[in-house]
Amino acid sequence: MSPLLELQGVSVAIAHAQLLDGISLRLDRGQILGLVGESGSGKSLTAMAAMGLLPLIGGRVTTGAIRFDGQDMVQMTEAQRRALRGRRIGFITQNPMTALDPVQRIGAQIDVVSRLHLGLSSAAARARTLELMTQLRIPEAGAVAEAWPHQLSGGMKQRIVIAMALAGEPDLIIADEPTTALDVTVQAQIIQILAALVRDRGLALLLITHDMGVVAQVCDRVAVLYAGRLAEERPVDPIFAAPAHPYTRALTLCIPRDDTARGALHGIPGAVPTALNYPSGCRFHPRCPKAVSACSATQPALVAYGEDGRVACHLPGPGAP
Amino acid sequence: MLAYAIRRSLMLVPVFLAVSVIIFLILHFIPGDPIDNLLKVGSSPTARAEIEARYGLDKPLPVQYLIWLGNVLTGDLGTAIVARRPVIDLIGQALPHSLALGGLALAFSSIVGITLGVIAALNRDRWPDRAIMGGVLVGSTMPSFWLGLMMMLAFSVWLGWFPVSGARGWSSLVLPVLTIGLGGTALVTRITRVSMIEVAQKDFVTLLHAKGLSPLRIQLRHVLRHALIPVVTILALRIGWILGGAVTVEVVFARPGLGTLLIKALAQHDYPVVQASLLMLAMAVMIGTLLGDLLQAAMDPRVRAALA
Repeated sequence: MSPLLELQGVSVAIAHAQLLDGISLRLDRGQILGLVGESGSGKSLTAMAAMGLLPLIGGRVTTGAIRFDGQDMVQMTEAQRRALRGRRIGFITQNPMTALDPVQRIGAQIDVVSRLHLGLSSAAARARTLELMTQLRIPEAGAVAEAWPHQLSGGMKQRIVIAMALAGEPDLIIADEPTTALDVTVQAQIIQILAALVRDRGLALLLITHDMGVVAQVCDRVAVLYAGRLAEERPVDPIFAAPAHPYTRALTLCIPRDDTARGALHGIPGAVPTALNYPSGCRFHPRCPKAVSACSATQPALVAYGEDGRVACHLPGPGAP
Repeated sequence: MLAYAIRRSLMLVPVFLAVSVIIFLILHFIPGDPIDNLLKVGSSPTARAEIEARYGLDKPLPVQYLIWLGNVLTGDLGTAIVARRPVIDLIGQALPHSLALGGLALAFSSIVGITLGVIAALNRDRWPDRAIMGGVLVGSTMPSFWLGLMMMLAFSVWLGWFPVSGARGWSSLVLPVLTIGLGGTALVTRITRVSMIEVAQKDFVTLLHAKGLSPLRIQLRHVLRHALIPVVTILALRIGWILGGAVTVEVVFARPGLGTLLIKALAQHDYPVVQASLLMLAMAVMIGTLLGDLLQAAMDPRVRAALA
């Protein structure tokens, strides 16, 4: 069976800056793919590309194909892409506080999706909205539907955003850091809701996050982005057991654990380079503990690694950093 | 909303009182004495005292103020010293002209300005945007009295479409309305455009696109609604400005109106008329801000919540 979403060598540019360089990903139905990396690694840009929303931020796909259910979205007309958005691909944004139209009532913002894409009457759309809200455990759905966004808490707003994403009965949900702006207690609830949707409805979920803990908890596969390139892409268990790329290894070390000494939180020295000053060769080499001369000279190709995995590193695999 | 409207209106009472004190006092500090104008050369001090008593100018200032305020509140604006007619009559003659001119100019600049602003924002950095913004730049740099004279020359003298001046019938309103309205149009166009572009970059608009709504629908039903909030505020603030600031245009087109009345009364030191016209203009500004606030509350539930 062909994957539901497949990115093949996708490069994205905004103006003259090449921000994504040959990203390849695949996501099957019923799967959760975690897309991780530090801020500025290109995670959100990948999401915008998969939504076909790059023109909004002045970006464009320069090479590669983004296949949704076998059809290349890059080759589609804008009208065809628009017909997918909200209908077959739902989107959940990072900050629920700013995701809702502040001057429109909650219910109407969800109704519009099923009216537009499923052709429901306003009464049927509202019934569906209330049903979705109840499924997402929003108490007093009827009253909340008549409320304004500013009257709801962040966690409640994110449930509303999830309801909007579900209203068109999508096959794929792209969630761009859906819990970053929320309280820790609410974060867990939202992640559980999303995981349950994949389990119960057979959806596919592209979960963008920088929280490795969340990835370990719910994802089937993990793709690690660094400075606009794919560093490693593997099933979740082996990647945590034995990270192949030094960057992945550094990310997993950042997760605080029970045996982490007090005050001994790990970080990665240095910062993600910007598109204006990407280093030569492997873009991670200035921060890499294992770097050798080849790392600054040539870009490592993405090669098969382990069981059903791929990595782009000259010295992959475990080893003392 | 109703409770907010009532509360917001009551807030105008202290503002009105403060404004009335200032208007009352300013004129007593302006040099020049209108009584001199009424007295024949070489009149006796008794004749002067008689006239002062007739206008109540012999009493202490606070008493004069309270009497004046009491009269104003009961609709008695006094008698014009020079014209020797009730001030309310003079205002009554001038106000309809000012309201017609100001109202039409405001309507013109709102409708044309918002339309042009939306067209410019939708075509950002393409030729319609450049053309409109070029026109706006030219329009906002031309002084209104000069623009008025040029339009008079073109449309009245050369083409003969409209009367050169005066206030007879609707056709005499066209050029003055255009003259005032064009300046406002430039402002409204610019704010609408900037505001639309700014709102279009907000998160919730990205999500509207992600829901698959058409870009035009997003722009007109969602972005424009937000973009209009600052535009409405500015338009409301212009109500007062247009009524009083129209004076140069009133002079150019020889039209009666509040501005003309005020300028003439100032030149003649006609206190009661000056006070009454200033009070009218101040009230227009107050009503404008009130309207602006009420409209903003009507358009944005967050404003209502903040003030509830």
